[in-house]
Formats: sequence, structure tokens, C-alpha cells
Amino acid sequence: MDLSVSIGRLNLKNPVMTASGTFGYGEEYTDFMDPSVLGGIIVKGISLKPMEGNPPPRICETPCGMLNAIGLQNVGLKNFLKEKLPYLRKFETKIIVNILGKSIQEYVKIAKALDGAGVDGIELNVSCPNVKKGGITFGTDQRSLSQLINSVRQAVPSATIITKLSPNVSSIPDFAKTAEDAGSDAISLINTIPALAIDPETWKPRLANVTGGLSGPAIKPIALRMVWEAAQAVQIPVIGVGGILNSSDAVEFLLAGASAVQVGTGNFVNPRATSEIVEGLSAYLQRKNIHSVSAIIGKLKTP
Amino acid sequence: MHKLFTARVIENRPVNHKNYLLTAQPLAATAAPLPGQFYMIETARSLDPLLKRPFSYFRRTPDTLQFLYALKGKGTALMSTLATGQEIRVIGPLGTGYPPPPKGTAPLLVAGGLGIASLFSFAETLSKKLCLLYGARCRSDFLMLDEVDKLGCEVVTCTDDFSFGKGGKVTDVVSDFLSSSPKKRYTLYACGPLPMLAAVSDTARRHKIRGFVSLEENMACGFGACLGCAVRTVRGYKRVCKEGPVFPIEEIVW
Ligand SMILES: Cc1cc2nc3c(=O)[nH]c(=O)nc-3n(C[C@H](O)[C@H](O)[C@H](O)COP(=O)(O)OP(=O)(O)OC[C@H]3O[C@@H](n4cnc5c(N)ncnc54)[C@H](O)[C@@H]3O)c2cc1C
Ligand SMILES: Cc1cc2nc3c(=O)[nH]c(=O)nc-3n(C[C@H](O)[C@H](O)[C@H](O)COP(=O)(O)O)c2cc1C
Ligand code: FES
Repeated sequence: MDLSVSIGRLNLKNPVMTASGTFGYGEEYTDFMDPSVLGGIIVKGISLKPMEGNPPPRICETPCGMLNAIGLQNVGLKNFLKEKLPYLRKFETKIIVNILGKSIQEYVKIAKALDGAGVDGIELNVSCPNVKKGGITFGTDQRSLSQLINSVRQAVPSATIITKLSPNVSSIPDFAKTAEDAGSDAISLINTIPALAIDPETWKPRLANVTGGLSGPAIKPIALRMVWEAAQAVQIPVIGVGGILNSSDAVEFLLAGASAVQVGTGNFVNPRATSEIVEGLSAYLQRKNIHSVSAIIGKLKTP
Repeated sequence: MHKLFTARVIENRPVNHKNYLLTAQPLAATAAPLPGQFYMIETARSLDPLLKRPFSYFRRTPDTLQFLYALKGKGTALMSTLATGQEIRVIGPLGTGYPPPPKGTAPLLVAGGLGIASLFSFAETLSKKLCLLYGARCRSDFLMLDEVDKLGCEVVTCTDDFSFGKGGKVTDVVSDFLSSSPKKRYTLYACGPLPMLAAVSDTARRHKIRGFVSLEENMACGFGACLGCAVRTVRGYKRVCKEGPVFPIEEIVW
């Protein structure tokens, strides 16, 4: 059974990765599974300086999903390189680092440092809806998105760059195309969807940040539609994210045109989800008598 | 040892009008919990509720774990319908436990309402020399009083509405208790509603005694990965599920 897929120059032994912000820096899952079975680990978003995050409550559950406003809490570039990366390196899997910045210069600085440290790939978070000054403008404005990707591309010419698209735009194909034209090796989608939960008893929002990002099975149909649209618009690989809990969900994304998938909220529901999805994909292909996972990518039968 | 395991429901019964006791048997070898630690419990195999719910363990027997829980919302309502023989997925034990009292101090446990769920197992491990102050809103809110009696330690009960034990806030009872035995040195351990914990912590500070509180926050994972359960401490945000739920009083920014 051949589960391997390529994302630009990067070969993954299977298409299953963890979504940024849901797998920490890998330390928290070793009680449940072996991260080395994964195609890749996408690390929690890293900024130039450490960020302390938002006040609590930061999360709440909503029907078939959850809202989060973590506020991009992270250890910062320096600590990541010193303390977290050496640990992550012990796993036999690709390490892709999600990065965020307040300016193009910041993204470039982080990308250069990470590329120098030999990470396998960089995922640009241009779509995080939580922090007021964060990446939102890059992800929802084609010109700034293009400039950002261009600058990072020039700074790290040989790195694998994945652009994580915001779902918060009117036309996914336009933004997918922008990312491709600006030199991105792949795109991943979707990030969380800006949302609001209210407590009718207290008249207060359920999160201290008022709004948060919706994730989980509730967003899966939206993510599938966007992945399908993006895959038709570009030649570069598309990575599907949103509400994946099991291998059937993963198959749906592959059929819609994703070359790989990321699992986020599913890790919280079942910390062994990703490794079960790898096994489940294998079993699925066997049952369908298909020898390679790449044979089902984009094979959705539309009328 | 498995941290993610399946457990079979042995018994799930109401103990009063709004609280239940769940007894479950892990079907795999699991680590022995420390008093104060908690488990993430799958209340129903469904997409809604999606996430597991955190519960302190009330008591451990050689082959079962017991949880004392209140009906709050969707998850606990479904949990109350779990039938004997049903299998549920559980993660744990998680978080930090109550540290033993430093030498030369006696443990003073303060439970507010359901706070007894997490302090009971701690009381069981301490010698009878502890004192337990147990407060509730009204008489019918007390849980497991028979079991508490069997601990054989000094127990002071109080109710907000004067319907049982001493009358008044548990914080006043703590204050009176500490004032009435000024020579003895105590270490305080408190679990209960947040306003009670804040008030009890303040009392502890005023009486210059050290102590620990067990906190709650909304949780998605329970094992440190989502950063959703942050509380503000004097050293920045910390995770209730990982660095807590038991924190030294002086660390918390109330
Ligand atoms: C470490 C810890 C130990 C706990 N121990 C116990 C116990 O022994 N007995 C008991 O009855 N309860 C305990 N709780 C509280 C219990 O987790 C909540 O009452 C329960 O999650 C409510 O779920 P629900 O679906 O019925 O309520 P809903 O209000 O419908 O829940 C919606 C969401 O909010 C979260 N939530 C709501 N209230 C709390 C809360 N107080 N703490 C954490 N998350 C919450 C739920 O997990 C869920 O994601 C503990 C909480 C924590 C953090
Ligand atoms: C708690 C939490 C934290 C997240 N943090 C990040 C982050 O730091 N950077 C990022 O690009 N996406 C972040 N995300 C978004 C996820 O990577 C993913 O795109 C989204 O949750 C949808 O996938 P899911 O439905 O499988 O969770 C976060 C999501 C959650 C739930
Ligand atoms: S609940 Fe996820 S980090 Fe604490």
C-alpha cells in the first residue's frame, strides 16, 4: 500500500498531518500515540517574540464544534529553536512550522531563521481571526497576500512554503491563485471561521475575546467545498483542514482534491485520531483494491 | 499504562436531586490517580457533545473509578443516562494532585458543595488528623455525608441558609476556625465555586497560612495541547489541565 504524497519538494510518507495549534510542540501526545507514524506535524504558530495569549475563557463548545480565542499564545522564535525544535526532531516525520507576524519583515525574519535551522517546511498563517493586529489583513487582501508570499519566497528560495488560506473571503479560487502565482508550494485550508457564542442567561459572550474561531465537524462541509474550489483553481497541492475526525472524513477531503489533510479539533476528541486515520486510510484503500492513495486525489464524481 | 482507555459502566445512580455517582471499571491497566487529579470522560458517543468533559475522581477502588457529578448541561444530562454495561472512553489521570502538607502543619480541607468530589480522595489518604470544613448552600446540597462521616476525621459542616450545621458562609467558618486555634499551623486545601475559592484564599492570606486551590476552566483537550484552559498566575498564563488544577494560593491572580 503506497500512502506517500508530495507537497512541493516535500515527500510525506502518508497524507496525515496535525493542524497548527492543536498538537502543541508534540510533547503532549506521546502518552497516546507515536508521532513518528504521521506524515507531518504542523507546529503551533510561532511569532518573533513570545505571545501570552488572550484572557480566559478562551474556548467553549458549540454544536458539533468549538470556538477558540487562544490569542496565538506561543513561546516565540528563540525559545522554539532552542527548546522545542530539538525535541520535535526526534520524531521520524516532517516538521512544518506555522508562522505569523505583524509585518512582512517579521514573517521573513522567522522564515529565514527556521529555514536555517533545517525545518522541513513553513506554513504561513495569514488567516488567524483572533488577534486584532494579526495576519487578518494579509489573508483577506490579495495584494498584501501576494507581497507577503513573494517576500518570503525570495528570502528562503529553497524552502517548502505552504500558505494557509483564510475562509473569510468571498472567493477562495482568487486567493488560491494569488498564493500560487506568488510562489507558494502548496496551500492549506481552512483556518477557523470567525464566530460568536452567547450565554442567554448572563447576556454575555461565552469567550472573553467576544468572538472566536469555529472548528470541528460543524465546519467540515464548508471546508470541503472550499478545498474542492481551490483544487480546481490551482496546480499546486492543496491540503484539506476542517472537522476531520476519522479516515472517512480524510477520504472525503482527498476526493475533493486535497493531496494531504490536517487534523485539528479531532486530536482533542481522540488523541489517537491521527494514527487511527493513517491505519484507516490503508484499510480503506485495501477494501477498494486501490494501491496508492494518490489514485483517489481529486476523483470526486460530479455530474 | 494507558492514558486513553475504555471503561465499563458498573453503576450510575442519582445521589440526590441533581447529582449522580458514576462507577466505572477501566478495561485496561491504568495509572493510579493522585487525589486532586481528574479524567476526561466521553459523556456520549456523538458529535454533539463533541468534547469529553473533565471530572475529578471521587474515589478509587481496586478495579473501579468513581465520579460524583452534577447535572449542568448537555454533556452531564447525557452522562446521567449511561447504563450499566455501557462502554465509555476516558482519558486520565490528568493534571497535578494535592501535594502533601509540609512537615509541622495540619491539613485543613475546605469543600464547597461539589468540591467534596475532589477533596474526598485526598482526605482518605491523610491520617485522621485532618479537619474538613464542608459547606453547601442548603441541607439538600450536601453529598456523601455518610461517606464523609466514615473518614473519622473532624468535620465541620455549614450552610448558607442555616439549614444544617453552622450557619453562614464557609469562608466565615474558616476564619472562625483559624482564629479559634491560633497556635496550630495549617495547610489549606480548597475546592469549590470560584468566588468561594477567592474568599477562602483571602482568609488564608490574612491568617498567614499557605494553601492550595483546585481550579476549573473550560477544557477542550484536558492534556495540555489546546491552551484553552489558561488561568492568570503571577508567572503568566498557566494551563489548569497541566500545571493545575491544583495551584498554590499565592500563584493565582484573582
Ligand atoms: C479539573 C476539573 C474537575 C472537575 N470535576 C468535577 C466533578 O468532580 N464533578 C462535577 O460535577 N463537575 C466537575 N467539573 C465541572 C464539569 O467538567 C462541568 O460541570 C461539565 O463539563 C459540564 O458539562 P455539560 O455539558 O453538562 O455542561 P455545559 O455547560 O453544557 O458544557 C458546555 C461546555 O462547557 C464546559 N464547561 C462547563 N462548565 C465547566 C466547568 N465548570 N469546568 C470545566 N468545563 C466546563 C464543558 O466541558 C463543555 O465543553 C470539573 C471541571 C474541571 C475543570
Ligand atoms: C485551539 C486551536 C488553536 C489553533 N491555533 C492555530 C494557530 O496557531 N495557527 C493556525 O494557523 N491555525 C490554528 N488553529 C486552526 C487549526 O489549525 C485548523 O485550521 C482549524 O481548527 C480547522 O480544523 P479542525 O476543524 O480540524 O480543527 C487552531 C485551532 C484550534 C482549535
Ligand atoms: S484543556 Fe487543552 S490545554 Fe488544558
